[in-house]
Amino acid sequence: MSSASYLRLKQPSVLPGFGVTLGYTLLYLGLLVLLPLGALVVKASGIGIAGIVATATEPRVAAALRTSFSISLLAAGVASLFGLLIAWVLTRYDFPGRKLIDAIVDLPFALPTAVAGIALAALYAPNGWVGSLLEPLGLKVAYTPLGIFVALVFIGLPFAVRTVQPLITEIENELEEASATLGATRWRTLWSVLLPPLLPGVLTGFALAFARAVGEYGSVIFIAGNLPYVSEIAPLLIVIKLSEYDYTGATVIATIMLAISFSVLLLINLIQTWSRKRFGHV
Amino acid sequence: MSDLSAVLAPPVLAQQSVVTEHKLVRQLAITVALVFLLLFVVLPLAVVFVEAFRRGLAGFLAAFQEADALAAIQLTLTVAAIAVPLNLVFGLAASWAIAKFEFKGKSLLITLIDLPFSVSPVVSGLIYLLLFGAQGLFGPWLMAHGIKIAFALPGIVLATIFVTFPFVARQLIPLMQEQGTAEEEAALTLGASGWRTFLTVTLPNIKWGLLYGVLLCNARAMGEFGAVSVVSGHIRGLTNTIPLHVEILYNEYNFVAAFAVASLLAGLALVTLALKSFLEWRHGADLASGTHR
Amino acid sequence: MARTAEQGQAIDIRVAGVTKAFAGTAALYDVHLNVRPGELLALLGPSGSGKTTLLRIIAGLAQADHGQVFFGGSDATTLPVQKRQVGFVFQHYALFKHMSVADNIGYGLRVRERANRPSKAEIRRRTSELLDLVQLSGYESRFPAQLSGGQRQRVALARALAVEPRVLLLDEPFGALDAKVRKDLRAWLRDIHERTGKTTVFVTHDQDEALELADRVAVLNQGKLEQVGSPDEVQDHPATPFVMTFLGQAARFNAEIRDGRLLVNGRLVSAAAPKAAIGQASLYCRPWHLKPVPAGHGHQHGLISGVRRLGSMRRIEVTQVDGTRLEIEAPLVTPLRVGEEIGLEIQDGVIFREG
Repeated sequence: MSSASYLRLKQPSVLPGFGVTLGYTLLYLGLLVLLPLGALVVKASGIGIAGIVATATEPRVAAALRTSFSISLLAAGVASLFGLLIAWVLTRYDFPGRKLIDAIVDLPFALPTAVAGIALAALYAPNGWVGSLLEPLGLKVAYTPLGIFVALVFIGLPFAVRTVQPLITEIENELEEASATLGATRWRTLWSVLLPPLLPGVLTGFALAFARAVGEYGSVIFIAGNLPYVSEIAPLLIVIKLSEYDYTGATVIATIMLAISFSVLLLINLIQTWSRKRFGHV
Repeated sequence: MSDLSAVLAPPVLAQQSVVTEHKLVRQLAITVALVFLLLFVVLPLAVVFVEAFRRGLAGFLAAFQEADALAAIQLTLTVAAIAVPLNLVFGLAASWAIAKFEFKGKSLLITLIDLPFSVSPVVSGLIYLLLFGAQGLFGPWLMAHGIKIAFALPGIVLATIFVTFPFVARQLIPLMQEQGTAEEEAALTLGASGWRTFLTVTLPNIKWGLLYGVLLCNARAMGEFGAVSVVSGHIRGLTNTIPLHVEILYNEYNFVAAFAVASLLAGLALVTLALKSFLEWRHGADLASGTHR
Repeated sequence: MARTAEQGQAIDIRVAGVTKAFAGTAALYDVHLNVRPGELLALLGPSGSGKTTLLRIIAGLAQADHGQVFFGGSDATTLPVQKRQVGFVFQHYALFKHMSVADNIGYGLRVRERANRPSKAEIRRRTSELLDLVQLSGYESRFPAQLSGGQRQRVALARALAVEPRVLLLDEPFGALDAKVRKDLRAWLRDIHERTGKTTVFVTHDQDEALELADRVAVLNQGKLEQVGSPDEVQDHPATPFVMTFLGQAARFNAEIRDGRLLVNGRLVSAAAPKAAIGQASLYCRPWHLKPVPAGHGHQHGLISGVRRLGSMRRIEVTQVDGTRLEIEAPLVTPLRVGEEIGLEIQDGVIFREG
C-alpha cells in the first residue's frame, strides 16, 4: 500500500499534545539557546578565520589558552584516576559512613562555584588550614597554577566518580570467579578482566571533567592568582576583555572554547557508540 | 538442626574470597579514597561554615544587616522565582514530547537540550551581551526604545535560564522514557482528556523526579556566578546576586561577611544533597537518574 | 577414545563429609561422593537441593564448613581455586566481553607465571586446536557480543579446557539456551567428553539431560545425597521415595505387608515381599507398572480423565476415588475413552517404609 512509501517524520500516536509541546520546546530552545549562540557564531564569522587566528596567537591569549588546557587536562586526569578508586571503594567495599560519603561526592557539583572558589582559596592560602601545613614544605598552592589545578580537580571529581560507578555496579561476580578458576591472581583479575570494561566510563568521565574544567570560572579565579602569562585562565581573559570593551577578543576566545566543548561532546558520543558495539551493551 | 555438629567431619578454616581484594589492600584503598575526599571535598565545605562563624553568631548575622546584602538576596530570589518555573514548564513540555512520541531528530533535540552543560558559564553570559549589550545585535534598537536587558534584571534572568534549563528536562526525560506510554493510553481509552491524563496519571508518576530536577535547577539558579557576572555589570545594590556579592565582600577582604553570605548557598547545596539522598533511598526507582548529570 | 599423550591420566574426586550452612539452614549436609576417574557424573536435583553449592565447593569457589575434598588422593580442601586446576563452565558463560574469542581461550595460559607460560606461538596453536574441537574454527577474532548463546557456551568450554584442568565442572551449562540448541549441545558434550576423557561433573535440574548424558547420576534433595548410580539404577532401583518421584512419573499406594505378602486395598499384589518387612508401607508404581483392566477388577479403580499419546504408547490419566490422579501406560490399540470407569492392576513397583 502507499502508506509505507512516504517519509514518516513522526510515528502515529494516540496521545495528544505533541504539536503543542514540541512547538513550545523548539520555540524556547530557539529563542534562549540557539539565537544567542547564533549571535556568537555570526560575530565570530564576522571576524573571520584570519582574525581568529591572529587574536588567538597574541601572547597573552595564547598563554591563557595554554594554561587553561594544560591544567584542565592534568586535573581531569587526576580526577579520573582518583575518581575510579573512589567509585570502586564506594561500590565494592562496605565501611561505616559509606552512604554519607557517597552523597558527599556530589558536593562539588551542587555547590555554587563562587562559594567553592572562596573556600578553596581560604583553605590553601598561606595562612589557610592546608596552606599553612604546606608552606614550610615550600609548596605554594594558592595564587599559583597549582591552585588552579586543585580547584579543577575539585570540580571534576563528581563527573569522574558518577560515570564509572554504574559500570562497577554491573560487574558480574562470575567473571572474577572464571578468572580465578583459570589461575589468575587477584591483581591479574583486576587488571585484565575487571578494569578494561570500565574504560569507556573512565574516558567519558575524563572528557566531561575536562570540558567542565576548561570553562570553569568561579571556582578558579579566587585561588588562581590571575597573573597574566602565568596563572590566568581563558574564561578570566574573556571577562577582562569585555571590561575593556574588546568584544572581538572576547568573542574569539569564546568561539575557540565553544569549539572545544563541542568536540568533546562529539568525542563522548563516539566513545559511547564504540563501546556499545564492542561490548554488546554497556 | 541442633545436632549439626554431632557427627560431622572436621571444620574448615576460612579463606580469602575470590571476588574481592585482600583485606589490607581494601583498607589501604579506603584510606586513600577517604583522605582524598577529605582534602578535596570535605575541608572546603567545612571552611565555609567555620569562617562564617569566626566572629560568633553576632558577626554572622551582621553580614545580613547590610543593605547591599539584602538587595543581593532579594535579587537572587527574584531571579530564581522567574527562571525556575519557566524551566519547569519547558522541562515538562520537552520531556512529554520526547518521551511519549517517536519522531525524527529526537536525539538531535536531546543533544541541543544538553548544550548549556558544555558551555562555559562566562561564554553563556557573553552570548547575551552579544545580543543585547550596547554593542550587541539588538543593542541600538533596545537603547532607542529605552529597554535595558544587559546589565539589568532581564539579562540576569535570561543568562540564568540558559544555564539551568537542562536540569528539569534531563531529570524527567529518562524517567518518562522508562515509564512508557501504557498508562496514559489506558487513561485515554477510559475517556480522560489529554490534560486530565497528564495531571492525574503522568504527574503523580514523575513527582519525585520532578521535585529533584526543580531542586537542582533552583540551587544552580541561585548559585550561578560566571554567566551572571558577565551579564550583570556588577552594579552594587542593583544587579548583584548573592554569588556576586560574595565576590565583592571577599575582594574587599571582608572575609567573615563573605563566608557568612556564602554559607546560605552552601546550606542550600547541603539541603539539595540531603533531599537527593532521601529521595534515592525512598523512591530510588522513581528517580531513574542513572548516569545522567 | 582418542587422547593426546600430554593430557595424562584422569583423576578421581572424593568428597568426604561436606557440610555447608547458609544463615542457619543446611545447604549441604554430610555429603559423601566419589567421582570415578574419567566418568561423566551428573548432580541432579530440584532448586535448593545444594547441587550448585557442592559443585562450587569442589571448584574452590565456595568453602565447606566441614568436610574435605580430594583430587586424585591429595587433599585440596584448603587449596585456593587458582591452584586447583579445575575447568569451570558457568551457566551464563562468564566470557570476558572486552576480549576476542582467541584472547578468552588463551587467557588461562597467559596468566601463568613466566616459568610455566607457553610461548605466544604455542598459545595460538592450542587456541586453534581447541576451536577445532568445539567446532568454531575461524572465530578467533570475533567478540562474545557477536556470538549466539550456543557459540558462547562452546567458547566457555574451550577456555576451560585450554589450561588442561584435572577435572571439568559445568554449572547448568545449557540452562540459558533454547530447547533445540540444548539438545544439540548435549550430544556434543558427550562427544567432547569421549574425546578428552576428563573426569567431568555437571549440575542440572533437568532429569532428561542427566539420564541421557551421564555415566552416573547423583541425586540431591535439600542438601542430602539421596542416591548415586547409573541412569538405569536410579530409575529402576531408586533408593528413596524422593528419587522415585523425581525421576519420572510415580503413583503412590498405601500397602500392607503380612506374612510375606504385599497387599494393596486388601488384594494381593505379590507374594514375594521381603519377609522382614511387616506392617504399613508405601508402594510406588511407574506408569508402565499399572495395567488397565475392566472396572471392578484390579487393585484400584478410577475414572479416565485424559488420554494422550506419547510416542508409541498411550498415556492415560486416571482420577481415583479420593481425587488424586495418576498416569498409566497402555499400547496404542487399547480402546479407552475419557469418562470410562477403569480398574488398575498393579504388576510391579518399589516398596518403601515411610515414617
